[in-house]
Amino acid sequence: MFTVVAILFGGIGAGYFFRKVEILQKVGRPISYTIFLLLFLLGITVGSNDTIVNNLATLGGQALCIALAATLGSVLAAKIVYHFFFKEKPRL
Amino acid sequence: MKGSFVIVGFFVFGCLLGRSGLLPEVFLSHDLSQYVLYLLMFLVGISIGSDKKLKEILRSLRPKLLLVPLATVVGTLVFSALVSLVISRWTVFDCLAVGSGFAYYSLSSILITEMKTASLGIQLATELGTIALMANILREIFTLLGAPFWVKHFGRLAPICAGGATTMDTTLPVITRYAGKDLVFVSIFHGILVDFTVPFFVSLFCSF
Repeated sequence: MFTVVAILFGGIGAGYFFRKVEILQKVGRPISYTIFLLLFLLGITVGSNDTIVNNLATLGGQALCIALAATLGSVLAAKIVYHFFFKEKPRL
Repeated sequence: MKGSFVIVGFFVFGCLLGRSGLLPEVFLSHDLSQYVLYLLMFLVGISIGSDKKLKEILRSLRPKLLLVPLATVVGTLVFSALVSLVISRWTVFDCLAVGSGFAYYSLSSILITEMKTASLGIQLATELGTIALMANILREIFTLLGAPFWVKHFGRLAPICAGGATTMDTTLPVITRYAGKDLVFVSIFHGILVDFTVPFFVSLFCSF
């Protein structure tokens, strides 16, 4: 846990220090490939885990609850911010 | 959209291979994915540290615009915390970790699985990671399909806040279509900022 955050900050430091190096601007591509690999590995773990496969419906239901809550929370907050700070003033 | 299918495809392909039981043990070891995660976090760090747009954006920024990503973060976190009252299986911090994926399903699901393994054990951590994957895919779908509805009932900023970390790429087209072209800059700026917050919030909530 601590290691992951330390590595993240190490990366930020290294990225900032070498920000003039052109190739670093293309780091998005290796990030995508690494994510593909990790999701593939996560897939293997999930697929070989009988408990998870048998409970996919339950897990999906919980995911749906969290997704609905997170989306509703953010659109409500968006409404408040829009209403008080962004709404076009009516013309007089 | 094509990118999303590729990402989910890798996961599904892995699931099928894992299901088949044909794989040698080495693929199931936790160590392998942990080291790949370290590499990923280092690369994500480099992308944040070396980003030239970020500095420019922060400089050219009208402070009022910061309210949009702030609304996304506060709204998401408050409601993710509240929903933990309904889901008895997970703690408030588990739900917050899933919510703070902000629709960035690939990175958040991996991070949660790896980082929760220490506190929850590999079984529960993998379950929560799977939930994070599904919940954050659903959030992107709600944004893509619901954009006209959100605009109508919650105002023009609503699809931007709903889209979380995806508003500078996958959900940008629907946002500009339904919320208006003048919000393109707000949407991109919002997506970049929220995108950068994901690794921080997820690791924060995984540490409890």
